[in-house]
Amino acid sequence: MLIRKSPEIPSSEITPRSTFEAFHSNRRRFLAGMGSVGAAAVASSIFSRDAFAATTKLTTVPSKYTVNETVTPEAKAQSYNNFYEFGTDKGDPAKNAHTLRTRPWTVKFEGLVAKPQTADIDSIMKYRPIEDRTYRFRCVEAWSMVIPWNGYSLAEIIKWAQPLSSAKFVQFTSLADYGQMPQLGWSGINPPYVEGLRMDEAMNPLALLTFGSYGETLANQQGAPIRMVVPWKYGFKGAKSIVNIKFVDKMPHTTWNNLSSTEYGFYSNVNPSVDHPRWSQAHERRLDGTGGIFPKTIPTLPFNGYANEVAGMYAGMDLRKNF
Amino acid sequence: MPARAIPYLKIVAHVLCLLPFLWLVHMYRNGALANETDPVNFLTHFTGNWALWILLTDLAITPVRRLSPSLSWLVRFRRMVGLYAFFYATLHLMIYVFLFSGYNVPAAFAGVRAGHLAEPFRQFKLIWPTIYSDITKRRFIQVGFLAWLILLSLAVTSPLRVLRAMGGKNWQRLHRLIYVAAALACIHFWWLVKTGVKTPWKDTAVLVVLLLARVVYAVWKRRRTPARATVRTA
Repeated sequence: MLIRKSPEIPSSEITPRSTFEAFHSNRRRFLAGMGSVGAAAVASSIFSRDAFAATTKLTTVPSKYTVNETVTPEAKAQSYNNFYEFGTDKGDPAKNAHTLRTRPWTVKFEGLVAKPQTADIDSIMKYRPIEDRTYRFRCVEAWSMVIPWNGYSLAEIIKWAQPLSSAKFVQFTSLADYGQMPQLGWSGINPPYVEGLRMDEAMNPLALLTFGSYGETLANQQGAPIRMVVPWKYGFKGAKSIVNIKFVDKMPHTTWNNLSSTEYGFYSNVNPSVDHPRWSQAHERRLDGTGGIFPKTIPTLPFNGYANEVAGMYAGMDLRKNF
Repeated sequence: MPARAIPYLKIVAHVLCLLPFLWLVHMYRNGALANETDPVNFLTHFTGNWALWILLTDLAITPVRRLSPSLSWLVRFRRMVGLYAFFYATLHLMIYVFLFSGYNVPAAFAGVRAGHLAEPFRQFKLIWPTIYSDITKRRFIQVGFLAWLILLSLAVTSPLRVLRAMGGKNWQRLHRLIYVAAALACIHFWWLVKTGVKTPWKDTAVLVVLLLARVVYAVWKRRRTPARATVRTA
């Protein structure tokens, strides 16, 4: 792997967060910082092997991309997860994901880019201010939550990665490590988990490169340390624990589409008028802890309520065919 | 097993079969149920699992009692255990109709309390299209519903009076459908989990073993019967 390290840069040069925004347009300094922060992260991780599962507080800034709905309690959002690499029951990831090692962690940017690069997670996190974005989260299984995510637009890091004009799609690959994921062989998915977006979807400011939730770094079971959240699509479109972002010219294979193409399309935009073979998508159970034993069943909105922001990207497409 | 002990054992069996239901009541009363992240999903899986497990337990009675003549008293628990399987399957169906489908239970209750006795029906009419499309479109619902219909027909024909009225042969023919119900329940399980999920394999393995036990027994019995017949004629 191409981990850029420049040990000659003293650690005193690592940019403090407060001054970062002032020069974040300066790519050269950013890249230099990335290298040294990477080296520092590798070194510090040696001393914090036991602290993987713990989340830490994030410094965040507000965002206009936020909904004002009852937020799902944090404990619920972090104990009810689909992360098949850690077991197929929704309670499994919270029980099993403590074995995930989130440091050191690097993400490789490759494919149709000016130059393939590998970036350290801590430098990616410092590249742009981390925003508070409360999004609706709609699972294909007909339940939904409202989750305050922390991250910045994927578009920012894509611009940094400099894809070629021939790049039409982005493919995300999740970690697949049998050592850290003992349940991987039983997950039913063919590892690694892959997901993808069309370039314009990836560049849409709503597509969130996510590092945290509820003001803290992601819990392992949510896909720490870096995942995608694409709020107008079903939850599975958001790849977790991403290790590779590849720019390609053809529509990439995606895990659930490979498993069952009649059930899960590439686009998988939330659409109340296209049923899943097993679930009507017209309604959803909003899991926000307010319903008691009776479910709070609400109508599902086209594009999960984000039609104003995203519907234009699909103008002229038959969304029943391109489900 | 002395016959005197059977009524006491039946009480034990009743308690055992009711334990899952009592657990649900307990969870409801201490708030644990409402505190589940997705209570409806939990209830659906809980009742579905127990319906299938109790049905499999029921199917295990015959192979187990055949192991030894001293276990023949077990047959007296078959009907009761089967009825409990029907009980949990019915709970499972009720939860689907009144909680899963989007039926507005609080609104129905509020309507009745305000004197609008038709409110529960009005609420049902609202969600009927969802249920109807589930029954017509979703095969896992179809096989699940069919399994419940079979259990229903076995439950209503379970009293001794009905058995006598039907005649033993017919009654037994009908009640062999329990194998079909168990198979449908497993298919229901496989079809409802997501592609690649293998959770139902344990239940399916148990069913396969129980069915194989019957095949083995039938073959063994057929081999023995002619031998005995020749001895008798000699």
